[in-house]
Amino acid sequence: MIVEDPRALRRRKWLAHGFLILFIAVLLFPFLMIVSISLRSGNFSTGALIPTDPTLEHWYLAFGLEYTRADGTVVAPRFPVLLWMWNSIKVGTIAATGVLLLSTVAAYAFSRLRFRGRLGLLDALLLIQMFPTTLALVAIYAIFDSLGDVSPALGIDSHWALVLVYLSALTLHVWTIKGYFDNLDPALDEAAIIDGATPWQRFRFVLLPLAVPILAVVFVLAFIGFVNDYPIASILIRSEEQMTLAVGSRLYLNEFQYLWGDFAAAAILSGLPITVVFLIAQRYLVSGLSDGGVKG
Amino acid sequence: MPRCAPRLIGTALVCLLLLAGSLRLYLLAQPLYGVLLLALAVGVAIVFGHHRFTAARFVFPAVAAVLLFIAFPVGYTVWLGFTNYGSFNLLTRERATEVLLATRDVEQGSTRDFSLIAEGDRYRVFLPGDGTDPAVLSEPHPLDGSMQVLDSETVDGPPVEPLARRDAIRLRNGLQAIAVATPDGGELRYASLRAFAATAPTFTCQEDGRLVSANGERTLVADDDQGFYIDGSGARVAPGWRVAVGFANFERIFASAGIREPLLGIFLWTLVFAALSTGLTFALGVTLATLLQWPHLAFKPVYRILLILPYAVPSFISILIFRGLFNQNFGEINLIIETLTGGRPDWFTDPALARTMVLIVNVWLGYPYMMLLAMGFLQSVPNEHTEAATLDGAGPVTRFLRITLPQIVPPFVPLLIATFAFNFNNIVLILLLTGGGPDIPGTRIPAGSTDILGSFTYRLAFQDSGQQFGLAGAITLLIFLAVGTLAYLNLMAIRRRSKVGP
Repeated sequence: MIVEDPRALRRRKWLAHGFLILFIAVLLFPFLMIVSISLRSGNFSTGALIPTDPTLEHWYLAFGLEYTRADGTVVAPRFPVLLWMWNSIKVGTIAATGVLLLSTVAAYAFSRLRFRGRLGLLDALLLIQMFPTTLALVAIYAIFDSLGDVSPALGIDSHWALVLVYLSALTLHVWTIKGYFDNLDPALDEAAIIDGATPWQRFRFVLLPLAVPILAVVFVLAFIGFVNDYPIASILIRSEEQMTLAVGSRLYLNEFQYLWGDFAAAAILSGLPITVVFLIAQRYLVSGLSDGGVKG
Repeated sequence: MPRCAPRLIGTALVCLLLLAGSLRLYLLAQPLYGVLLLALAVGVAIVFGHHRFTAARFVFPAVAAVLLFIAFPVGYTVWLGFTNYGSFNLLTRERATEVLLATRDVEQGSTRDFSLIAEGDRYRVFLPGDGTDPAVLSEPHPLDGSMQVLDSETVDGPPVEPLARRDAIRLRNGLQAIAVATPDGGELRYASLRAFAATAPTFTCQEDGRLVSANGERTLVADDDQGFYIDGSGARVAPGWRVAVGFANFERIFASAGIREPLLGIFLWTLVFAALSTGLTFALGVTLATLLQWPHLAFKPVYRILLILPYAVPSFISILIFRGLFNQNFGEINLIIETLTGGRPDWFTDPALARTMVLIVNVWLGYPYMMLLAMGFLQSVPNEHTEAATLDGAGPVTRFLRITLPQIVPPFVPLLIATFAFNFNNIVLILLLTGGGPDIPGTRIPAGSTDILGSFTYRLAFQDSGQQFGLAGAITLLIFLAVGTLAYLNLMAIRRRSKVGP
């Protein structure tokens, strides 16, 4: 380590801390504001950061409970936030599990088995992963609109249709898992080959148990990606009961019905779980990010 | 060979299921999807049935999913760009013909009021007497959409109090499927929200496929080039059906100034938006990462957690929060600006300000990703280089620009291209924050100042402008070309990195 001029060093430290603190203050402003707004009465009120007249009205409504104001009027919840949350969790979990199954098996083959066309397929995957499914929205709508005539379970407003479309996200994750498999010691499965293990046995009993950390990472990343999706869900889901959080939350802030306070409480309620999971797991998630694509 | 028996049985079962599904789709007039399932069945049979394709079995599910859920929709979108698919041409020709044949004309003077009598979960139609005809009560029907001609009998009055009008209106779909046969031999159908009437089909189908009106005055001829029935005067009769129209959509894009000019503007803004978003997030992310790597800095873990917060919060929530905070009248950002300067910027109606806002929000959302990546890459920059530069008297800024930056940019290139491509199509941000607005005045189609190509296409297909799927598909093809170029550049960049790097 080089010894720098102590006075210049101290000045630079102050500068660095000052810049970071200022930056973080600006950064946190929206979050602090939204907490404050969720506690103010009414949907249009303005005021200080610390509400002068705090009320839990918006929070009652976010949890789907009726709220009785001081003057006796009863406010009914306008939107089923908890139901939307459940829809998001359901669709996200099923789709992330599907993506995990498909991409793990494929990643194993790309990493450990030698077959014709392997390099070509890998390149093709790299190219295709740049085409997000949102580009094909028109076709997706047309496809599921007509499949709905065959079976409503595959039509517009069906969660299964959404799950099927989300499976396309697997291209992002094949690469992440393959990178992890590539770093595992080849001696492990060479030993298994000598013992006469089939490719499937090598995958199931040697590599899969070692891959649990990356599988958790991919699951969380895929899940967050699906919960964050707006375009696909917004064209496939029309009725309020079937909506996911991302589609439903949009209803709070339109020109004709501006429910700023209600939105604030609902946003914190629905955003907090994912934020906490992400922050707890961030060290592991970050390693998965640089190999895969960009968070949506 | 008993060892492979379970596999073969499983394969056979899956194939049978797929074939049954394929046949069902074909019978239900969806031959395209039938063929897709058939192809899937063939693939399963070959890969899992034949003993040679051991490795392919692992890749097949993923490849099939990519083909079905990415390649097919992408190809289908391109195909739609060459059709007239849209709100006027949603149906197949068979369905459009059915719709026209199902339209009925009301015979004059035959309308009668009606009301519904509930009976458990079934309903009777009650037609009160009107001087010439006696009151009539039909047999009960569940009104669930099933078609039936209901017998009826003459009565003196309603047996019980009829349903309120708005409950009857709620059952209109069920009512449209039934008819009431009156005792005098007439057949009355649902004609309006309040009335039943004797009706006759507007058109009858001739053997040559022409549709002729009851009085013979109008004749409709199907025109498969336009996807419409054309009447004697050459006018189109809705509903139309989907036909291929060749390059008509592309001609519209390039020939109509009302479309071409906004589209060009949107394309340029898309490029500027993606480039600035990528550049600004990269600059901010690398700066913060360098600061966080500085050995003399205390409280690093705290800073790090706080700095990645925008990345941890689901983006749709952050975007909507900003939508509220930037609100012109009661948004908190304008309240602060107003106390400081006295003015209230029009974030959502002034084009330049709206674009600035979009960029601010996107940088806020995107810099943590760059910061995290940069922190990883910075660790591989050897300390000796910067130390040597310090000895030579280089200040921190020079050291960063001359030593550190050149070493972390090469591994960053593919990720920068990917980020550019992501922002090129970052329609979540645009749709949730501004919805594309403010609208550019004087355009033929709704186009906004903050619209990027993707959000513009989305609005064309799914919002306010009447589901112009064909035109949207044509524009998507242009986006595909741009993204395809980026994907190719990315592939080249990754190849170069894997050749040079570890």
